[in-house]
Amino acid sequence: MKKLLRYLILTVIAAVMIYPLLWLVGASLKSNDEIFSSAWFIPKNPDFSVYIGAWKTVTPYTMGHYFLNTFLIILPKTIFAVISSVLVAYGFARFDFPLKKLSFALLMGTMFMPSIVTVMPMYILWSRLGLLDTYIPLTLPALFAAEGSFVFMLIQFMKGIPKEFDEAARIDGCGALRTLFYILLPCIKPVVVSITVFTFLWTMNDFLTPLIMISSVEKYPLSLALRLSADSTGDGYEQNRVLAMSVIGLIPSVAVFGLAQKKFVSGITAGGLSG
Amino acid sequence: MKNRTYHNPVGVGKYTGLLLISPFLAGALLLTLYPFVSSFILGLTDCGLIGQPELIGLENYREILSSREFLQSAGVTLRYAAILVPLKLIVSLGVALLLNIELKGIGAYRTAFYIPSILGANLAVVIMWQFLFTSGGLANQLLKLFGAQPAGWYGDSAHATAIIILLRLWEFGSAMVIFLSALRDIPREYHEAAKVDGCGSIRGFFAITLPLLKDVIFLNLILQTISALQEFNAPYMITGGGPMGSTTTVGMVIYDEMFRYHNAGYANAVSWTLFVTITAVVLLLFKVTGRIRKEQP
Repeated sequence: MKKLLRYLILTVIAAVMIYPLLWLVGASLKSNDEIFSSAWFIPKNPDFSVYIGAWKTVTPYTMGHYFLNTFLIILPKTIFAVISSVLVAYGFARFDFPLKKLSFALLMGTMFMPSIVTVMPMYILWSRLGLLDTYIPLTLPALFAAEGSFVFMLIQFMKGIPKEFDEAARIDGCGALRTLFYILLPCIKPVVVSITVFTFLWTMNDFLTPLIMISSVEKYPLSLALRLSADSTGDGYEQNRVLAMSVIGLIPSVAVFGLAQKKFVSGITAGGLSG
Repeated sequence: MKNRTYHNPVGVGKYTGLLLISPFLAGALLLTLYPFVSSFILGLTDCGLIGQPELIGLENYREILSSREFLQSAGVTLRYAAILVPLKLIVSLGVALLLNIELKGIGAYRTAFYIPSILGANLAVVIMWQFLFTSGGLANQLLKLFGAQPAGWYGDSAHATAIIILLRLWEFGSAMVIFLSALRDIPREYHEAAKVDGCGSIRGFFAITLPLLKDVIFLNLILQTISALQEFNAPYMITGGGPMGSTTTVGMVIYDEMFRYHNAGYANAVSWTLFVTITAVVLLLFKVTGRIRKEQP
């Protein structure tokens, strides 16, 4: 009985959570009139041709172009983030060194630093270096382990690996880097997957940074292209096309989340990292 | 302290660790400390589009504190955080408690609750949310279905604020996941022992679960507060800050001053004001909950 009630409450909440997304998919296939006259998500006469227009977008480029742009940001960013975070976390988790406490306090500090304070001077700096409207301001920071939560998650995970593993490798003649590579890296794979997935999702979501740094439409990532389309589509005009673009824009994130879900949920819970 | 010894694995000098974390240290200097200090200095100048910037001391801050626009946005932001954060904590903890049981298909529920939080910041979802609350949108359709009056969501300040709060509340999954993992760490024996002693499930929650979750609740409280006080995307895209500035957050004021009016000096002074406010709120939360910071590597 109690169990049934629990299922019931959970189901109601789940329905409320998921319905807007179902509605989005359904509404993209509806006519403009139907979008605003029915709450039910299944369209009466689904019109798939809207997706052709959506793919073409209202800009000179297709969605494919914006996807490619986004991936050109995601790829280096992910590689940079994984390498730098692993090295830094390894230093914190396994070695003793001068200024360690201070450095760790700094790590916590940067994690809680509101990005709004740092974004404007960085904009000015990138502009002086002549790097605005390139992907460097979006990708280069990842090389410096800029995402403190990744480092933190890795430290937690590495501390769970017995130090005896390292010592055994040491006796067999492994240096610090080889120990990291052959002993720790295989153990922290789930966290590396989490970092990859989160970098992917966060970059797909990021709006403010590209809004500030990227000015030419040709280089727009997906988020800015969506905004451009939503803004240039007036009231009562091709609403379903904007919704269809949104659906297309969400597919990569949903797919990546779906693929990685099993592997990376253990990673998030271990590190207390959140979306 | 002078001749402190460093306990490192065989064959490792005391600077190896420092070398390993050097990317982080360089980043902290270049990407955090430099802009942090630079922002403060800019805030002391009248740096703008025209003319050579000059130091004007605390003039910007005087202007901020007497600016009606800023004071309104500060009120909007604080009220928004004060409503959203407790709601989000209650919902995420509540759902985590419901999920913290061995049930068939619980994983599917967890995914359903978690997905909005990873998609919620995506602009596609923000656009969707904007549609949901248009005059003929899903929200009003549902209101009609239940026999209520449809609302003009974008027309008045309370409704417009509600749109943003509902979007962020819909993303409670990230906080929930943190709660869920903390709940999993509570040994089952605690509750079993309490049951033997005749303790009901509600008392069990207040006597066992809640005290053990104190740290995690606090962590979520701080994380959510910091991000709520910086809110920008949702009001910028969904309500445009209206009506009558009732959803214009401090984050939006900063953005407008910097990138629309090009008042870099003033914008940075506003961002420092926000930073000081966030720090003050966080310290206040530390104080209220009787905590001192003690983090150890």
